Amino acid sequence: MSWEVIGIWLGALLSLCLYSFLYKDNPFYKFAEHLFVGMSAGYWVIYAIMNVLVPNWWQKLVPLEGGFQPIWLVPGVLSLFMLFRLIPKLAGLSRLSLALIVGTGAGISITAMLQTRALAQVNGTIIALGQGGGWFDWVSNIIMVTGVVCGLVYFFFSKSHTGVFGGAANVGITLLMVAFGASFGYTVMARISLLIGQTQFLLFEWLPTMGIHL
Amino acid sequence: MATFIEKLGNLDRRVIFVLMALAVIIPLALRMNLPIPIDKGPSKNLFDAIDALPEGSRVLISFDYDPSTMPELQPMAVALSQHLMTRDIRIVSLALWPMGVSLGNEALSAVGDSLGKEEYVDWVNLGYKIGGGVLIVRMGSDIQSVFPTDYGGNPVDEMPVMQGVNKLGDLDMIISLSAGDPGIETWIMMAGDRYNIAVGGGCTAVSAPQLYPYLSTGQLIGLLGGLKGAGDYETMVRIGVENPPPGIAIAGMAAQSVAHLVIMLFIIIGNIAYLSEKKRKGGAK
Repeated sequence: MSWEVIGIWLGALLSLCLYSFLYKDNPFYKFAEHLFVGMSAGYWVIYAIMNVLVPNWWQKLVPLEGGFQPIWLVPGVLSLFMLFRLIPKLAGLSRLSLALIVGTGAGISITAMLQTRALAQVNGTIIALGQGGGWFDWVSNIIMVTGVVCGLVYFFFSKSHTGVFGGAANVGITLLMVAFGASFGYTVMARISLLIGQTQFLLFEWLPTMGIHL
Repeated sequence: MATFIEKLGNLDRRVIFVLMALAVIIPLALRMNLPIPIDKGPSKNLFDAIDALPEGSRVLISFDYDPSTMPELQPMAVALSQHLMTRDIRIVSLALWPMGVSLGNEALSAVGDSLGKEEYVDWVNLGYKIGGGVLIVRMGSDIQSVFPTDYGGNPVDEMPVMQGVNKLGDLDMIISLSAGDPGIETWIMMAGDRYNIAVGGGCTAVSAPQLYPYLSTGQLIGLLGGLKGAGDYETMVRIGVENPPPGIAIAGMAAQSVAHLVIMLFIIIGNIAYLSEKKRKGGAK
């Protein structure tokens, strides 16, 4: 029996153990769940050391071609500070590292996010209603502009939602519900896709190891 | 007394699980195929954008997913690689998710071998680096400083596929196959909008609705959403190809459709049962 076949059998048996939860909670499910959590934790620790810590820090502190780069002690010390959260007396030092992470992250992301998620989207909403040409584009553009305006009205809470304002807010929440429905539909499709993927594995990779070819 | 339809509404959930399993297993086992009509839409837009690239163009594929979303995204990786390689477009790939490296390699090497394409000449996998958006910003000025070697430790500046590719601006298109963050949005934000590079993508069905706004603004040139998007792309890639290899996503789409029908049926039954029960108890208006 080759390692590949052993791998397929392990994958298949663990899949069946996990699916057994659909009947009711049972020791096979618990075993597979705990095995997954433990294996994942172990895998990620080793992965982080070998693929993040060693190439991005250790090999720069002590390059393979020789020498020692003391400047790389700075990120090392800052990383160590993060672990001080486990020692209450020294926990405050971790704030230095966190401040650096938050500051750098915000500096890089704020303008980019504003441009991508706000300005470009607003710009995309300012369109000529007839843009596109066909009647379908007309209707789409009207729905989009109405949806954006009414959606914003719904989230404006400084004026009571009555009269025309209330009507617009109702249109807004209705369109939001339609969007949530579409989103739920996509979520269902995603979950079924995962089931299909695993079923394809069981039918076309696992069963043939027992001589069953569909 | 509860009517038959009300009893159906209170069906044991395990019966529904069994029916769902059958709805998936039977079409797959029977190798059922349902037509996948291709008209204008995000999948077609991505296909057309790639089709419009001249031979020898350079496209970056970022494999930003892991095995948990493989059923949806791996067929896209295979179909996109097939399309790019048959059009003699050079592929520079990397991963913003650690496990994306091996999944990308699996797709690229399988397609490359089947089409006689050479690693380092026609395609390369630069590997994974942590950093997400920061990494992309750095690649905007110098790719080699971020990825001096590929995933196997080979120096990239000696590779023919990397000749003339020094920064993100040297690429003709970026495609992110994304299961979350970092992924398509990160590429749009840090590469597309910042360096004005065309960004396309493929994503899980769960994240597709939140990416649609980027299509209407033109920040995203095309999008493959979930297994349906993968099925669309496989179908388009197979047009005009003699004896095309079996499509993984196309095979799954029949099961997907049958499963959706079963779900719709149960939603309708559930709602009728709810209304019937409400009416019987005198709660209906």
